Amino acid sequence: MNEPLLEVQDLQVRIGRGPRAVRAVDGVSFVLHRGETFALLGESGCGKSMTALSIMRLLPRPAGRIVGGSVRLDGQDLLDLPERDMRQVRGGRIAMIFQEPMTSLNPVLTVGQQIAEVLALHKGLRGRAAESRVRELLDAVGIPDSARRMKEYPHQLSGGMKQRVMIAMALAGEPELLIADEPTTALDVTIQAQVLELLQSLQARYHMALLLITHDLGVVAGMADRLAVMYAGQLVEQATRADFFREPLHPYGRKLFEALPEMDKRGRPLTVIPGTVPPLDRPFTGCPFAPRCDYRMARCEAEPPPLHRIDGREVRCHLYGGEVHVPPAPERTAPDRPRARRRSDARSPETPLLEVRGLKVHFPIRRGLLRRTVGHVHAVDGVDLRIGQGQTLALVGESGCGKTTAGKAILQLLRPTAGSVRFDGTELTRLRGEALRRRRREFQIIFQDPYSSMNPRMMIRDIVEEGMRAQGIGRTARERHARARDLLLRVGLREEHLDRYPHEFSGGQRQRICIARALAVEPRLIVCDEPTSALDVSVQAQILNLLSELQRDFGLAYLFITHNLSVVGYLADRVAVMYLGRLVEEGPVAGVLEAPLHPYTEALISAVPRIDPEQRREIIRLEGDLPSPTRPPSGCHFHPRCPKAQPICARSYPEQRELRPGHWVKCHVAG
Amino acid sequence: MNLARLGGLFTTLLGVVTLVFFLIHWIPGDPVDVMLGESATPSDRAALRHRLGLDLPLYRQYLRYLHSLAHLHLGTSLHDRRPVGDLIAERLPATVELAGVALLITLAIAFPLGTFAAARHHTPWDRAAMTFSLLGVSIPNFWLGPLLILVFSLWLGWFPVSGREGAGSVVLPALTLGTSLAAILSRMIRSSLLDVLGEDYVRTARAKGLDDRRVLWRHALPNALLPVVTVIGLQLGSLLAGAVITETIFSWPGIGLLTIEAIQRRDYPVVQGCILFISLAYVGVNLLTDLLYRRIDPRIRTGTDR
Amino acid sequence: MPLSVFIVVLWMLAGLLAPLLPLHPEAIHLDRILAPPWVAGGLGYDDLGRPLLDRLLMGTATSFHVAALTVSISAATGLLLGSLGGYLGGRFDAVLVRLIDVFLAFPGILLAIALAATLGPGIDNVVLALSVVGWVGFARLARAQALSVREREHVLAARALGTHGPWLLFRHVIPLVLTPVLVEATFGVASVIIAEAGLSFLGLGVQPPAASWGSMIREGTRYLLVAPHLVLVPGLALFLVVLAVNLAGDWLRDRLDVRLREPRP
Repeated sequence: MNEPLLEVQDLQVRIGRGPRAVRAVDGVSFVLHRGETFALLGESGCGKSMTALSIMRLLPRPAGRIVGGSVRLDGQDLLDLPERDMRQVRGGRIAMIFQEPMTSLNPVLTVGQQIAEVLALHKGLRGRAAESRVRELLDAVGIPDSARRMKEYPHQLSGGMKQRVMIAMALAGEPELLIADEPTTALDVTIQAQVLELLQSLQARYHMALLLITHDLGVVAGMADRLAVMYAGQLVEQATRADFFREPLHPYGRKLFEALPEMDKRGRPLTVIPGTVPPLDRPFTGCPFAPRCDYRMARCEAEPPPLHRIDGREVRCHLYGGEVHVPPAPERTAPDRPRARRRSDARSPETPLLEVRGLKVHFPIRRGLLRRTVGHVHAVDGVDLRIGQGQTLALVGESGCGKTTAGKAILQLLRPTAGSVRFDGTELTRLRGEALRRRRREFQIIFQDPYSSMNPRMMIRDIVEEGMRAQGIGRTARERHARARDLLLRVGLREEHLDRYPHEFSGGQRQRICIARALAVEPRLIVCDEPTSALDVSVQAQILNLLSELQRDFGLAYLFITHNLSVVGYLADRVAVMYLGRLVEEGPVAGVLEAPLHPYTEALISAVPRIDPEQRREIIRLEGDLPSPTRPPSGCHFHPRCPKAQPICARSYPEQRELRPGHWVKCHVAG
Repeated sequence: MNLARLGGLFTTLLGVVTLVFFLIHWIPGDPVDVMLGESATPSDRAALRHRLGLDLPLYRQYLRYLHSLAHLHLGTSLHDRRPVGDLIAERLPATVELAGVALLITLAIAFPLGTFAAARHHTPWDRAAMTFSLLGVSIPNFWLGPLLILVFSLWLGWFPVSGREGAGSVVLPALTLGTSLAAILSRMIRSSLLDVLGEDYVRTARAKGLDDRRVLWRHALPNALLPVVTVIGLQLGSLLAGAVITETIFSWPGIGLLTIEAIQRRDYPVVQGCILFISLAYVGVNLLTDLLYRRIDPRIRTGTDR
Repeated sequence: MPLSVFIVVLWMLAGLLAPLLPLHPEAIHLDRILAPPWVAGGLGYDDLGRPLLDRLLMGTATSFHVAALTVSISAATGLLLGSLGGYLGGRFDAVLVRLIDVFLAFPGILLAIALAATLGPGIDNVVLALSVVGWVGFARLARAQALSVREREHVLAARALGTHGPWLLFRHVIPLVLTPVLVEATFGVASVIIAEAGLSFLGLGVQPPAASWGSMIREGTRYLLVAPHLVLVPGLALFLVVLAVNLAGDWLRDRLDVRLREPRP
């Protein structure tokens, strides 16, 4: 373990040319030993992917270039190697897997061909020998029926399978170092758990070093031996996992922890990191984090902090430069029990604002000359929901489970196939035309993608006023302008933003504008469809805080559609869990998250990476992928993947049972 | 190929046939005038009208027309009383020869040029290739044709000025026809390849340690050329249509020249037959490329499990 | 402003002003028959002794007139029908798609030739023939664009706010469809200029006394060896203008793309 495998020294990467070139990586140094897992942790745009690509010398051409430093593999500087020798390293000694398994495989070559290519190049294996090795590799990454799968094309595989193929391809060269760039970010949480576990076991088996690039503290906690935190192109802190999770030294690292939504933080605002990441197209005169830092001193603006070494850790911060008093890290242990906040968590409300019964949305599959309907996609297949005034119901599920479709159908943006949606006593499914249009001011929606949810050709003023105009709110233009201004201030933007266009704003700011647009018509219910999943953790905290403030001030009810269970714990009163078009469990948030009844909910919760590194919990591993909603499995839809399945589960769909007050489940086995 | 596509094809064909019928019937002036001359007596004219079925209501004429089409009768030339089908069959080989050679020239220019430009993106080579292609797109073939004649026939005497005699006679018309198509196609290949070179799977291929040539030939080009296949089908169609002007310039005795001659003589059945034939050939070629595309793209060939 | 845009503006000005200038395209100078520019001055004289410069300018007026009208008519028709079809869907869209398919089953220039032959010569008929062919491409583009815009979340958000249908179409759909249609229209100008000249070259376009670059080339081909300037002069004008329009189209596309492109993380 003494000789490092990889040694990166003072790496400098620029994107673009001239004086405004972006300093994507600005003096990064770290070492990585054989068999070790080292995590690079940071938010989007911090330069962590560029660091990884530099090691492979695969920076985007021609914009990106390495302008300084060294990358030594076993003492040999890779930056000095001729391209020809570097190709021997790529895929041979160092392999890499990427974030997007969907687009990282070549669509016109079979899986087998793509793996065999590496074998031919680095191992000289061809023909039958290569074929049997491909099968071994596919078996090793847990792809069943490898003989058949190797002849398939990428589009015939699910996302999780594709990432397994990518891993098999990386293993084919028997690398000493595997670089994994956000390997599970595009995957559902249960699939993520499978892939992370696979990476860990393969690493142990082949004694590889693993460089893990991620934004997810939970993934780091479960995987890394050591880690570095990256901010604005620099490493601001390096430590072992245990040290870092016990007490992060750099103020940025601390903030990241505090910004995480968790059930423990319910009822009080999350810590946010004010402001945004600084532009990287000029050298910093001081600490890049200084403008956003609570411990800012005069020195921080004036001179860049040096790297301080403290007990085997490294931190780049003036706080640790001598006699200055170091404030203790805020307490992260001793979680408060979730306190009862605004109103009782435990029971369904007596008079619901929204009551959904038997909601179904089936999309016909048409084939043939006469466009006959040959089947249906059962996107939503009988969903019952109730939300009270001022309450938050979280609708949780993995991608493709139908939760977004359900949200749209409730708002009548998509007409349900069957079922009833009563809003404050009115049956929405029967409303048509003008009556429905008038009523729309009472229920609004916020989307996941803040980029496509605003018309790029409209100014912010017009975007915020659109609903007022449609609903006749504000008699004069002046009144509407005044209201638009107030709303913008309310969501934390400034008056001068009114006359700008959407492309001038960051993701978080756009999401604020979308919230203002929805608020403009004074709704009582807002469907929030994954409103923070496109945002970084620090920005996510800002939006979550805003949403809960608005709920308090305006008595809003939220239907919060998400796949992120930690957000649920922080924000929701009740939780409904959806699987393949149906709800499998619903109950108060504490009950569902801490003592789940349905095996699927249990697996889902266990699969969420925890940031508590001491507490190693058993992950309930789900086999296989989400089945197709065209032909759902017989009986309980979940039984083919369920670790507790009984014979009866394959025969009949379980009835709804209320096992605890206000907490029910659809499962033969539970309880 | 499924029934829905077959049904769509049928309605398209019916639409084409119908459009051509009405097009020809809107022509101001009476075919009878053309056949008999201005001096014919009213009774002669009436007799001829009756014989040609022109006194029938329009819908009956339309049905008669469909009926004869179904029996592959394209009518008879007013000019020399020969069946239109025979005239077309006579001229077809010339047009096929011209279009075929032009297509070869197009492909021979466009593939290397487009690929080269994309592989050397942001270099003077790329800019030179794209300048050439821009010039090619902007030069009309009825000007390029005379220029080529001036230089290669009149000044250098390498090729005949016009007509279809001797092996060299096809060169200039084919070059005229192929140039603009090569220009369009090379731009398309370049932009398609540039898109593909930015894809994640190309980065994956590089990360495997493959060299640039192999990345280009095995990973990028097959993906980049898939959409181009469809374009080549459309191109072949415009070759057929572009032949009308090119054949006129070079007096190349193909279907295009036949069409223009018939228009000048107001020989309506021939005009109708030619337009119908070229359009149907166009539809046919596009159908074939579409089927080919379905064969070679694994995403369509193997269907989607998910 | 790039050179190409300058040439295009020059072409437009010449096209607009040519009818107002004291030109004599029909004046016959028997002593200057087939005289090249370096002998007789100007741009030379044709087989009847008419001044090529005057005829070229009149031809500019023709090409501008036809291009401006044809592209406006077909782009506007295509934009409206295509956006409506893509946005509304349903039966209207189904009929539109069939219609587009039928028109696309003809190679464009062939249909224009057939129409021009049917309608007879004349500048208005050329515009009509080229517009009947031209709208299809715009409609297809607009429809495809509208289909994807319709799925954007701001359209859904506007519906959720209770926005009226026509407002949705004109405020949320058409402005986003407009940009690619505008770029396409620039390239459309180039192809219409070529098509008009092509029809006139075949004798199906404008008729004397109106002049067209296409008919000038056609007449010139008879004297290719003795007086190549008859073909070179109008051909070069045509080539330069088309080249400039194509370049201007590229330039416009790049500029508009920058505004459309949104920063993504």
